[in-house]
Amino acid sequence: MKVDRRSFLAFILGGAAGTALSPLPWKITDDISIWTQNWPWTPVPEKGEVSFLNSTCTLCPGGCGITVRKVGERVVKLEGMKGHPINDGGLCTLGLSGAQILYGPTRVKSPLKKVNGTWRKISWDAAIAEVVEKLSDLRSKALPHTVACISGSDRGTVPELFNRFLTVYGSPNFIRTASIQDSYELTLFLTQGVRAMAGFDLANADFVLSFGSGLIEGWGSPGYMFRAKSTLRENGGRMDQIEPRLSKTAAKSDKWISISPGTEGALALGLANVIIKEKLYNQEFIDRYSSGFEAHKKVVIDGFPPEIVSRITGVDAAAVAALAREFARAKRPLAICGRGQGDTGGSLQEFLAVHTLNALVGNINQPGGIVAVPEPDYISWPEIEMDKIASSGLQQERVDGAGSKAYPHARYLLSRLPEVINSSEDSPIQALFVAAANPMYAMPGSQNVAKAFEKIPYVVSFSSVMNETAVNADLILPNHMFLERHEDVPAARGFPKPIIGLARPVIGPLFDTRHSGDVIIQIAQELGGPVADAFPWESYDACLEETLADKWDTLVEEGYWYNAAFSAADWNSAFETESAKFEFTNRDIESLPRYNPLKARGDEAHYPLVLIPYDSMRLATGYMGSPPFLIKSVEDYILTANDVLVEVNPATANEYGLKDGKYAFLRTPKGDARVKVRVFDGIMPGLIAIPRGLGHTAFDQFLAGKGVNYNALIGPLEDPASGHDAAWGIRAKLSKA
Amino acid sequence: MGAHEKDNEVSAATADHQPITPSTETDTSEQDDSAAGPIILFFIFGLVASLIVGWVVFPKLLYSRKQQPVAFNHVLHNELVDEGCESCHFFREDGSYSGVPKLAQCIDCHEEVNGEDPEEAKFVNEYVAKEREVPWLIYARQPDCVFFSHAAHVKLAQMDCETCHGDIGESESLRVYEENRISGYSRDIWGRSIAGFTRNPRDRMKMDVCAECHRTNNANQHSVQTHRGGCFVCHK
Repeated sequence: MKVDRRSFLAFILGGAAGTALSPLPWKITDDISIWTQNWPWTPVPEKGEVSFLNSTCTLCPGGCGITVRKVGERVVKLEGMKGHPINDGGLCTLGLSGAQILYGPTRVKSPLKKVNGTWRKISWDAAIAEVVEKLSDLRSKALPHTVACISGSDRGTVPELFNRFLTVYGSPNFIRTASIQDSYELTLFLTQGVRAMAGFDLANADFVLSFGSGLIEGWGSPGYMFRAKSTLRENGGRMDQIEPRLSKTAAKSDKWISISPGTEGALALGLANVIIKEKLYNQEFIDRYSSGFEAHKKVVIDGFPPEIVSRITGVDAAAVAALAREFARAKRPLAICGRGQGDTGGSLQEFLAVHTLNALVGNINQPGGIVAVPEPDYISWPEIEMDKIASSGLQQERVDGAGSKAYPHARYLLSRLPEVINSSEDSPIQALFVAAANPMYAMPGSQNVAKAFEKIPYVVSFSSVMNETAVNADLILPNHMFLERHEDVPAARGFPKPIIGLARPVIGPLFDTRHSGDVIIQIAQELGGPVADAFPWESYDACLEETLADKWDTLVEEGYWYNAAFSAADWNSAFETESAKFEFTNRDIESLPRYNPLKARGDEAHYPLVLIPYDSMRLATGYMGSPPFLIKSVEDYILTANDVLVEVNPATANEYGLKDGKYAFLRTPKGDARVKVRVFDGIMPGLIAIPRGLGHTAFDQFLAGKGVNYNALIGPLEDPASGHDAAWGIRAKLSKA
Repeated sequence: MGAHEKDNEVSAATADHQPITPSTETDTSEQDDSAAGPIILFFIFGLVASLIVGWVVFPKLLYSRKQQPVAFNHVLHNELVDEGCESCHFFREDGSYSGVPKLAQCIDCHEEVNGEDPEEAKFVNEYVAKEREVPWLIYARQPDCVFFSHAAHVKLAQMDCETCHGDIGESESLRVYEENRISGYSRDIWGRSIAGFTRNPRDRMKMDVCAECHRTNNANQHSVQTHRGGCFVCHK
C-alpha cells in the first residue's frame, strides 16, 4: 500500500473530522480567551481582608490626613481622611498617587555606595561605619563646621534630630530649603516681633486679594486651600487674582488683574496709598495697636500714587483706586502673596508691602485674617553638652551667610550655597547630608548647582527614591517611604491653627530601608563622646513617643492632635515688638533697602522677552517628583510626548513668527532648550510661561526626559533686603526652530 | 477520464519511440478503481488518531499536575472544630469571605508541632516558624474577571458548601492540583470531563453552570449593583 497524495489528504480529512468531534478546538478556544482576559502580567490586587488605616501625608508640607485602604497586605488606595481639620476627606492628585511611589520603580531598595561611578549595594552596618569614619576624621581635624545638612523642613523630630546632630557635632550649617515661609516668618518677626508661622483664615474671609498665589495650584496646604476657597465662595466671599498669566486660580477668581511680572509689591503699596489717602483704614488698629504709621504713610503717599504705580505695574490707575476701595470696605479682607506654589523665598519688601495691607484693614490675628500661628513647642530634649571642638565649630559663620552682617535677618540661605562653594578653591563643605529635599533639581541655576555638588567631596542622601540629588550622591541611606514609617508632621503650611499630624506605618518596610531618625541616632551613638550622649534614645520610635508625651495617645487614636479652641493672640498681647504694637516700620525695617521692583536678569537687547514659571496641581515640584498617575493627567497643551509647550501671547507669536504647536528655541542667559509653542490669549504680550516640575533626569521612564526643567533656565536673584532668592523670572529669547 | 484520453494521445504520439504495452495501461486503471479502500482507511486512521489525541492525549498535555505544598486532612480537622467549614473558611465582619485560611488562623493550634506527622512538622518549621504564608493551590479560584460573592450564596440563598465544592470536607488528603497550562487556572473550573459534561453542579464551575442554576431558581437575573441583566450579574 503506497502513501500518495490522495491517501495523505484522506488522512488529513479524517484528522480534521476527528478533531472536530473531539473537545480539543473548543477547549483550546476557551482557554485562550480566558488567558487573553487575564494576562498573567497584569497586576491584580491580592484578595484578602479590607482594612482602613489613618495616617498623614508627607509628600508636601500640606499635612493632610489620609486614610489608606488595604487589601490583605497590599496598599490599594490613599484617600483624604474624613473629618480631618485640614483636608476633611479631600486629597490632591499627588497624595492620591502615593501608592505608586511606594511600589514604583524609583525606590532605593538598600543602602548604595558609589564606586567608580556605579552603585554598589552595601550593608547598613558598612554604610553607617563609613559615615562615622568620615565624620570622625573631619572632627579630628577640627573641621566639624564643614559638615552641612540640607533638609526640606526644620520642624518636627526628624529635622530636629539632624539639627541636633550637627549642633553637638559642631556645625552651624543646618539649611532648610527655600519657600515663602522664609519671607513670611521674617515679615511676622519684623512687624510683630514674633517667631511664628503665617496662617491664613481664608474660609472666614470675605475678600481674598492674592498677589500671584496659586490658591488652587498648590500654594500653602493644598488640602486646606481647596476647601477654604470653596467655603469662601459658598459664603459669598470674593477672590481677586493679581497675576500676569491666566492661571487656574485666576480663572476661578472673580477678577483677574493682569500685572507686569515682579511688580506686585508696587501694586500693594499703591493700594495702601489710596487706603491711607482716603482714610479707609481701620482707625482703631492704626491708632492703638500700631506704630510707625506716619513714616510708612509718607513713603506710600510720596512714592506710590496710583499714577506712578500704574506706570510700574501696567494696571490702570483708576483700577488701582477702585480695587483699594473695594478691599478696604470689605468686612474681612485678606491679602496674600508668594507666587504659584510658593517655592521661592521671595522679596522681603514685597511681603512687607502685602502684609501691611492686612495691618491697614486691621485683619491681623482676626477671623478671616492672617494669623501668627505659634511654632510647635513640643520638642524639649535635654540640653546638649558640647565639647571644645563643637563650641569652636559652632562659632564659625554659617556657610550660606545667613545671620551674618550682610544677611542679618535670614535664617537659611540655601540659594547662596552654590555660589559660595564655586567661588572658593576648596569646598567649604566637606560632607553634606540631604534629607527630604532634592536641591539638584529644585534649586535655580542647575548648572551652578551641579558644579557645586561636584566639588563637595562627600554627599550622603537620605532619599527613599532615586531623585537627582540621590543619583549624584556618594552614598544613599534610604529612608522608609512615608507609608512605612512613623513621623510627626507639625503644622500645615498656611493652616491658621496649631496642628500635629502623625504619619505611621500602614505597611512594613518593603525593602532594606531604615528610618532616617534611627540612622542619625545610630551614627551619633557610634561617634561616641558628647555626640552620643546627646542621643540617649534606643530608637527613633522611642524618641518620638517620648517627645510627644501627653499628645501621643491622641495622635495614635485620632491620627492628629489639634488645638481647635486656639484663637490667635488679641491685639493687646499679639505684638512682641519694642513698642508692643504692630510696627509699620522700625529701626530694622528702616535699615532695609527700600522697595524697588526686582528686575529680571538679562540684557534686554539680546533677550527681548521675559520667561516666567507657573505651577500646576498635576505636576509635583517637591523632592518626590511626579508619579506616573500625575504625568498621565498633564494636559496636552502642557506636555506632548516629551516636549513641553511654552505659552506666548498671539501678539508675541506674530512678532517673532512663532506658530502654535511648532518647535522653537528658548534661550536665557542661563541656558537654552527646545520647546514647543502654545499660542495663548491668557498671557501678557512679551512673556513666555513655562511649567515647573518637568525636565527631570532621574526617577523612572515615566518622568525622566519629559519637558524642560525651569531651574536649568534661570539663576537665583538675591533679594537685597533679605538675601533670599527672589527670582520670579528671567529675560529670554524665543526663536523659530 | 479526460486525463486518460490525454495520456493516450501522448502515448500515440510517442508510440514510435517508446511502445507502451497494453498491460501497463490496464494495471493503472485497476489501481484507480481499487483506491477507494485505502483512502477510507487513511481517513479512518486520521479520524481515530485525532480522536485519541483530542480525547486522551490533549487533556494529559493540557494540565500539569502539582502537589499541594503541605498535606492536609479535612476529616481530622473537621472533628476538632465546632462550626464545620465556617470554623476556618469564615466570613469577615464586613461580609467578605476569607477563603483559604491564612497562617494567622492555623497558628492558634500549630504554633508548635503537636503530633508526629512529618507533614505537620514541615508546616510548622517551613511556614509557621518563618512566618511565610503557605502557597496553597486553590482548586476553585475563578479568573479575576468573575465577580462572585460567597455571602450572597451561603448566607442569603442558604446554599451548602458542598453544592459547589463537593465533599471536600470529607477528604483525608488533598487531591493533585491540575493546572491548565494555557489559562493558569485549576482543572476544577472546566471540570473533570474534558467534554464539559456534568451530572452535578459541583462537577464544573464554568458560567453555564452558574447561569443554569440562576435560571432554574430564578435568582438574581439582573445585577444587584447596576440592575442590568445577563453578563453584568457576574462580570462587573
